[in-house]
Amino acid sequence: MTYLTKPKFHHPDLPKNALGYTHRDYEGSVSTLCAGCGHDSISGAIIQACFELDIEPHKVAKLSGIGCSSKTPTYFLGHSHGFNSVHGRMPSVLTGANLANRDLIYLGVSGDGDSASIGLGQFAHCLRRGVNMVYIVENNGVYGLTKGQFSATADRGSKSKRGVVNTDSSIDLVMMALQLGATFVARSFSGDKRQLVPLIKAAIEHKGAAFIDVISPCVAFNNHTGSTKSFDHVREHNMAVNRLDFITGRAPIHVDYAPGALEVVEQHDGSKVALRKIAPHYDPYDRLRAMNYLQESAAAGEVVTGLLYVERESEDLHEHLDTVATPLNALGEKDLCPGSAMLDKINASLR
Amino acid sequence: MPTASPISRVNDFVVRFANVNGSGSASANELFARAVLRMGVPVSPRNIFPSNIQGLPTWYEVRVTEAGHLGARGGVDLMVAMNPQTWDKDLASLEPGGYLLYDSTKPTPPSKFRDDITVIGVPLTAICNREYSDPRQRQLFKNIIYVGVLTALLDMDVPEVEKLIGEQFKGKDKLIAPNIHALHLGRDHALMNLTCPLGIRLKRATAVGDRIFIEGNSAAALGAVYGGATVCAWYPITPSSSLADAFGRHCARLRVDPATKKNKFAIIQAEDELASIGIVVGAGWNGARAFTATSGPGISLMQEFLGLAYFAEVPAVVVDVQRGGPSTGMPTRTQQSDIISAAYASHGDTKHVLLFPEDPTEAFEFTAQAFDLADRLQTPIMVMLDLDIGMNHRLCRPLTWDDSKVYDRGKVMTAADLDGAKEFGRYLDVDGDGIPYRTYPGTHPTKGSFFTRGSTRDRYARYTEEGAPYVDNMQRLLRKFETAKELVPQPVRRDAAKPTRYGVIYFGSTAPAMDEAIAMLEASGYAVDMLRVRGFPFHQKVADFVTDRDFVFVVEQNRDAQLRMLLVNECNLDPVRLVPVLHYDGTPITARFIAGAIGDHLDALKITPLRKVVS
Repeated sequence: MTYLTKPKFHHPDLPKNALGYTHRDYEGSVSTLCAGCGHDSISGAIIQACFELDIEPHKVAKLSGIGCSSKTPTYFLGHSHGFNSVHGRMPSVLTGANLANRDLIYLGVSGDGDSASIGLGQFAHCLRRGVNMVYIVENNGVYGLTKGQFSATADRGSKSKRGVVNTDSSIDLVMMALQLGATFVARSFSGDKRQLVPLIKAAIEHKGAAFIDVISPCVAFNNHTGSTKSFDHVREHNMAVNRLDFITGRAPIHVDYAPGALEVVEQHDGSKVALRKIAPHYDPYDRLRAMNYLQESAAAGEVVTGLLYVERESEDLHEHLDTVATPLNALGEKDLCPGSAMLDKINASLR
Repeated sequence: MPTASPISRVNDFVVRFANVNGSGSASANELFARAVLRMGVPVSPRNIFPSNIQGLPTWYEVRVTEAGHLGARGGVDLMVAMNPQTWDKDLASLEPGGYLLYDSTKPTPPSKFRDDITVIGVPLTAICNREYSDPRQRQLFKNIIYVGVLTALLDMDVPEVEKLIGEQFKGKDKLIAPNIHALHLGRDHALMNLTCPLGIRLKRATAVGDRIFIEGNSAAALGAVYGGATVCAWYPITPSSSLADAFGRHCARLRVDPATKKNKFAIIQAEDELASIGIVVGAGWNGARAFTATSGPGISLMQEFLGLAYFAEVPAVVVDVQRGGPSTGMPTRTQQSDIISAAYASHGDTKHVLLFPEDPTEAFEFTAQAFDLADRLQTPIMVMLDLDIGMNHRLCRPLTWDDSKVYDRGKVMTAADLDGAKEFGRYLDVDGDGIPYRTYPGTHPTKGSFFTRGSTRDRYARYTEEGAPYVDNMQRLLRKFETAKELVPQPVRRDAAKPTRYGVIYFGSTAPAMDEAIAMLEASGYAVDMLRVRGFPFHQKVADFVTDRDFVFVVEQNRDAQLRMLLVNECNLDPVRLVPVLHYDGTPITARFIAGAIGDHLDALKITPLRKVVS
């Protein structure tokens, strides 16, 4: 497929969103990932989320590190500026970009190698700082581009395609994000678009550091028996804490008819996230309980998915720094340069 | 009586204070330096401090120089020896005929002194113990008391010192009177018990003019404010931390919106230097003026990002306050030893623009200019300061700013440009200067977006692994570097009074010592033309300066003659024509050293070669 140019024309009756854009306006170039790669499903979910939220594509900045996952920003939002930065360093580049212009939506896409190994430090610190962003890790527990080495999220005891057993403890990025103070923490599965799209929408609307760990099986190197990140393994061990339905101030776009209790989560900006609870009494506002629940489920061998934690009165880095409302990159000499009269005063104070 | 006759000089001597780190001596010593300045006599102070918070030895040296020689001189004329740990070393560093001021509360055996100096004992501890009961006060006022002693010994204007104390404690007014009292305790003791003044002394002069007294780091930070920096990301490292601190202080005063009280700046103390430069690159990519301040180890850590910024063409400003390397090296001593690692930072074929300020004034000017250059050239610009400039107060020209100046934001296409006839290709060399046009994220709904990456791409920013577009791009980057030659600060040339076939190239903090060395050489009958390099890539004038002369000394503060290496490499010069003069022990280079090295070399040339034995 990858050698074909993506056709530009589309069916005239394609549905349009409130801005008059079709789904196609949110697409990027043709993916060069392996056929069936979970990452492409996540790209699809991002496209759908942005389309449904009526986001102007060029108002999103998409940033990534290095690796299969970090290649994906080319495959969605073709009218957005993208930055494929340095391995493990997307968070710092995104932080800088966010400081420069607080008015754009920042979408950071990373992988488990990029975020849990080489970039674990930057992953931690951008969450601590509360950078207003959506940070998605496309997690397959394996290094794909370099042919199948274990990553730091690979479970202890899981088997590589060549039969090597991983003896190192695994890093759970969701647990870390909770501990580090991320104000929106979720996990999903690339094969579960019904869960993933609303999660991405809610994360975009969330003010502050929103982290989504998306288990995304590697069809080439981590989809075999013995792997704990294969399609089959995840499907068998997945336990969703809630079903999420995203409601904007306008109207519900997508409705989930799954049975169970519905809880409407109101975020700081007034947008609402509705949770369809699968696990009874799950409270997404309780960081401590979320951490306990995660530990208990992990001990029971279950992958918890859904919105695990969200902070109601979340703040972002710009609030912490008390910056002006105008984007810093739009300030000119008049705003920034104190001028010669002030410099004369400064000179006088230095004599 | 000392065996050497006591030094007798007015407004021309070196005082060194030997203290214990953390004893509160710094402000008293600075008070002394400022008081001399207020008498119209230039000073050049230097901190010599350990990598330590409390307990290790620290020195503060004040060169008093009516002639205006602001480089380090070498040697000490008056030692204020307040640290028993370093007594022997301090005593040894005194010039013959010099003076030693020490605390004589406890008896010191005569064998601990030298017989060629004047020894001045003042029972400082006894005076303090008599006057104060609180141990902290005893310690702090002891420092002011020895300044009081100095005012008598050196014939200083006491009202100036009192006025300075008033300025120093403005807002904490109840501290003024006790400090002035302590000053007079010392002064009165000296006037009553000692021969005042000494052979070395001060006399009011008018040699300071309108110059200002400022640290290079503070001046560079002010340059960042004036140059329009809005994002600063940094990681603490000596000797650059005070630059980021100063930026915060300047911004708090100059960059808070008066109406909303909101900040027109963002400062992040990052988790490491990798994140610092990453934040700078992200902000630069998104159209804000951003910088980081660091030192050599930070430059090492930033290599990968610097390569990305070079290749992906993202503006960034890095102020490198150089210290002694390699590794942790001499973290609190000065060197100019990051020249090569900065010029060629990162893997692959990379070259970076460097600026070499000579003092705080140029640190201000070049840092402000660095933001224009970064935006114009869409590449990292490195301002190469060093500890000697950065962390010492230096007397220098007042800072100036032209209010008609508009920031040069470089080639940025707006939505209107994109809607117009102009073709947008992110890496398209439209103007033939190697500099392409860019767009900020979020500019236009359908035009001008592109993907930034460190991988090869074509002129339209499309990913490619083909050789031809790669070479095309690398060649354009070279053309851009050529363009930079005309944009960086030009070298400053000063020819000798009489024609000569020899020259000297120098840069950065070497400048004041170099000026003095040339005067010394001229006095000995040597003529040498001077060229101060202020930017890299080198202007054609730099290569011409070398090729027009028989040979040229290259004076620098590192072991490997890094600037010389860069000159040979980039200007394709014959290394034989470039004679290295290298000083790298961590102390600032001195005129004595430079004049000695150049003088010796020129002397050697005059030696008549031995006649060949004819067989």
